[in-house]
Amino acid sequence: MDEPLLKVEDLKQYFKVKKMQLKAVDGVSFTIRPNETLGLVGESGCGKTTVGRSILRLYEPTGGHVYFKGEEVTDKSIKHLRKDMQMVFQDPYSSLNPRMTVEDIIGEPLDTHHLYKNKKERYEEILHLMSLVGLNAEHATRYAHEFSGGQRQRIGIARALATHPSFIICDEPVSALDVSIQAQVINMFEDLKTSLGISYLFIAHDLLVVQHISDRIAVMYLGKIVEIADTADLYDNPLHPYTRSLLSAIPIPDPEEAKKQERIILEGDVPSPLHMPSGCPFRTRCRYATEQCSAECPSLTDRGDGHLSACWNQ
Amino acid sequence: MTENILEVRDLHTSFETDAGEVSAVNGVSFTIAPGKTLGIVGESGSGKSVTAYSIMGILAENGHITSGSILYKGEDITKWDQKQMQSFRGEKCSIIFQDPMTSLNPVFTIGNQLEEAILLHTDRNKKEARERAIEMLTLVGINEPESRLKMYPHELSGGLRQRVMIAMALACEPDILIADEPTTALDVTIQAQILELMQDLQKKLGMAIIIVTHDLGVIAEMADEIIVMYGGRVCERGSAEDIFYRPAHEYTKGLLRSIPKADNWGKRLEPIAGSPINLLNLPEGCAFCNRCSSAMKICLHEVPQELRLSDSHLASCWMNVKKAFEEGGADLG
Repeated sequence: MDEPLLKVEDLKQYFKVKKMQLKAVDGVSFTIRPNETLGLVGESGCGKTTVGRSILRLYEPTGGHVYFKGEEVTDKSIKHLRKDMQMVFQDPYSSLNPRMTVEDIIGEPLDTHHLYKNKKERYEEILHLMSLVGLNAEHATRYAHEFSGGQRQRIGIARALATHPSFIICDEPVSALDVSIQAQVINMFEDLKTSLGISYLFIAHDLLVVQHISDRIAVMYLGKIVEIADTADLYDNPLHPYTRSLLSAIPIPDPEEAKKQERIILEGDVPSPLHMPSGCPFRTRCRYATEQCSAECPSLTDRGDGHLSACWNQ
Repeated sequence: MTENILEVRDLHTSFETDAGEVSAVNGVSFTIAPGKTLGIVGESGSGKSVTAYSIMGILAENGHITSGSILYKGEDITKWDQKQMQSFRGEKCSIIFQDPMTSLNPVFTIGNQLEEAILLHTDRNKKEARERAIEMLTLVGINEPESRLKMYPHELSGGLRQRVMIAMALACEPDILIADEPTTALDVTIQAQILELMQDLQKKLGMAIIIVTHDLGVIAEMADEIIVMYGGRVCERGSAEDIFYRPAHEYTKGLLRSIPKADNWGKRLEPIAGSPINLLNLPEGCAFCNRCSSAMKICLHEVPQELRLSDSHLASCWMNVKKAFEEGGADLG
C-alpha cells in the first residue's frame, strides 16, 4: 500500500466559549493517499471545516498529530509545508480581495514563496495558471467584482494552484454556485487531479456532489468521525445509523425514485456541542441506542476492507 | 376539472435601477389548483422569486408589475388596493422564506409574533389567539409549545425556526402557501423533516403549495407540476414526469445532465457552458441561446413560442418547432 500523503492522528480542536469548553473536533484520525480525494461530510456544526483549518494550522490544534509526507506539521514546519498544502474556500465573494486585480491575487502566493526569477516569468506563470482553470489572459487586469461566482471560484483555485501543491483542502467549494456552474467546477477539480496528481480533502454537505467526486468518504457527527469507507461501499452498505439516515434524507432528482425512497427521519436536532451527550454523540437521536451507548463512546473499528464505523451495535 | 385557486397571466415585473430598467419577469403564466403543488425551478436571476413576490405584493420599492394579471378565485389582485392586499396576505396566501434566521424578528418572542398574525387577520381575542398559536406549534411538531412561545428566535435552531415560520404562515388557514427556497439554509436531515411536514400539512389542510427552488431533488419529491424558468420566462412546463423523463427544452436537458446523480456516477458531468444570464441585456431571441449548444439562427432573433407536446407538457424551444415541422403537422399551442 502507498505511503499516505496526509496522516491525521487523534486531532483535537477545542475552543473556549463563555468559560466552557467547546469540543469542535474531538479525536479525529484518517489518512489520505497520494492522488486520492477524501470527502468529508456532515451537517453544520459537526466540525468538518475546523478539521480542514486545523490541518493547515489556521487554528492551533489542542491535541493530536498531523503528518504530511512523513513530516509532522508543527508551527515551524507549516511555513514551508503550506506551499505544498493549499486551500479553496466556500465563498468566492469574500475570499478574494476586492482591491486586487486577478493578476495580483494569483501572483501573491508566487511573491510570498519567491517562485520566479523576474517579472516576465511571474507574468507567464500567472497566465499559465489562469489557462489551467479556464480563464482568459485579458481577465488578468480585472477586479474580482467583475466576475460571476463560478469565475471567482476559478480565480480562487488558480491561487491555490500557484505554489504547485500536492494537496488541496476544498471547503464547500461549489455550494455557493448555481447548479449549471457547479458541474463546470467539479469537472475542473477532477481534471486537475488527473493532470497534476493532486489529492483533495473535499469538505461539503451536498452528498450527491461528494459522492461524485470522492474516492473515499468520512462522515462526521459532533466532532467525531462515525464512519469512513470507499465511496461505493459507503453508499451501498452504510453501517452507522447516522450515515444511513443521512443518505436516506438526500432528495433524489427523479420523481419515481423519490416516491420509492424510504426515509429514516431523525427526531429532533443535533445537540449543542457545549452540552455533549455522554458516550456516543449520536445516541440521543439514534433509534438503536442502548445503555452501553450512553456509558461509553464507541471507537472507529474496521469492519473489513477498510470500512470503519464507530457504533456499539455492530 | 377543479377550479383553479390562482391563475397568473402574462406577468411582467421590472425594477428601476441605476443601471436601467431590469426586466426580471417577462410574461409568466401558470395556474394552480387547490391541494396541488407547483414547483418553480430556476437558477439565480431566473425570476422565480420575483414571480412569488409579485403574487404576494411584496416587491421592493423600485419594483412593480408592468403588465399581466394575477387572478385569485377569478378576481384580479393586481388591481386591489393596499387594504385588500393586506387581507390577501396571510389570510388567503402566505409565504415562507429561505432564511429562517432573518425572517423572524429577533426582539419579539415567538408567541408575540405568532399571536400578532392571528390577532390581525382573525377576530379571535387574545386568549383565543394564544390557544391558536399553541395549536399551530403542535401541528408543526414542536414539543412543549407553551414554553416555546416565551422564547426568542435566537434560542431556537434553524429547523425549529423554519417550523415556527410555517406555523405562522398557516395560522390563518390560507388557500395558498408560497415556499421560497424553504430548505436551502437547512441541513439534509432537517430538510427531510420540513419537506415531510409540508406534505403532511397539505394533506390535512388542503392548501395549494408553490415551491420555489433551485434544488431539482426537492422539486422531484414535492411537485405535481413544474415550471422551469430562465431569464424571466417559462421555458418548459409539465408534470414532474414530463420534466424529469421527457425534458423538451435544451436548458432543462442541460440542467438534468449537469447534476450528479446515480446514473452518471463515476462519469464526467456535462455542465452547461457559460454563465447565468445578465438581466440588464437580455438577448432579442431565446434567453438561453448564448449558452445553448444546439442554438440555431432563429433562436438569436425570435423568442420561441410555447409548443404543446402533450396534454400536460409544453416547452418554448425552437428545436421542438423544427422537429414538429420535420415530422409534418406542427400544432402550435
